[in-house]
Amino acid sequence: MKAAVVVLPGSNCDHDCLHVLRDVLGVDARFVWHKERELPPVDLVVLPGGFSYGDALRAGAIARFAPIMEAVAAHAERGKLVFGICNGFQILTEAGLLPGALLRNRDQHFICQDVRLKVEHTRSALTRTTGGRHVLTMPVAHGEGRYHIDKDGLSRLEGEGQVLFRYLEDDDSVGQTAGINGSLAAIAGIMNARGNVFGMMPHPERAAEPLVGGPAHGGANTDGRLLFEGLLHQAEGAR
Amino acid sequence: MAFLARIYVTPRADVLDPQGGAVTHGLHSLGFEEVTDVRIGRYLEVRLAGDDRAAAQTRVTAMCERLLANTVVEDFRFELDALGDDR
Repeated sequence: MKAAVVVLPGSNCDHDCLHVLRDVLGVDARFVWHKERELPPVDLVVLPGGFSYGDALRAGAIARFAPIMEAVAAHAERGKLVFGICNGFQILTEAGLLPGALLRNRDQHFICQDVRLKVEHTRSALTRTTGGRHVLTMPVAHGEGRYHIDKDGLSRLEGEGQVLFRYLEDDDSVGQTAGINGSLAAIAGIMNARGNVFGMMPHPERAAEPLVGGPAHGGANTDGRLLFEGLLHQAEGAR
Repeated sequence: MAFLARIYVTPRADVLDPQGGAVTHGLHSLGFEEVTDVRIGRYLEVRLAGDDRAAAQTRVTAMCERLLANTVVEDFRFELDALGDDR
């Protein structure tokens, strides 16, 4: 698999994503600056977390007009993989590549902590290697992560199996809205109808190797690695 | 000739506005018990050149739809004032 990590002014998870792809998974990965108009020939484009363009106006609102974004949209149109993490997810919704929007957290403050995610199903490139692991642990770090979509949109998401991750409450239940940030239907991550564009607020790149993943499941947490592996398998299988 | 667009962007009715809720509580605490709801949005002033009001109207609408408001979660409306040459 070949991968590109888009670097926007204000990205701050770009190096982490590149590190996981290149050093942990051995993927041929490189940075692409936001002013580029073309992508190198890659299978996967990652839009990393951060505060692109200072979150001016709305998180992701300006980034969606970055010169590279037309190439990212064309890449998605060709059925290739796009993965937006945190600010990357916000950018994808602003760009209309994923449905819904991400609003200021219900309790108004920035949240930085581990969350537990319920994996909805494994019929997606992102979750295909999580088989048998119904709960994944990884950190969130966001001020604007409250997922919202109108009623019809939510029915479509649910009906098409586009919801991939939901926030779990402490008692292992899934709320009508997520306790942590107020997300509708506790949605933490979704994919598009075609199944090649993914977005999630939690950070799998921060829980992809034992050294930095922190503890989970009675050992060192590498849950995030599973998601990148899923994309890798999908890309290799598609060749 | 130029125009000033006063643009109001507000959360849509079906969108929870926790900031507005907090301010409602604050106003109640201060004794303004008649307050039934507060919605907090964003106010923008956009100056644009041109002398065709209809064209400006169309352009500002497009600006709102494409960037200034996220119509998935926000509504917008605006007033368009003609500005004299001295401004």
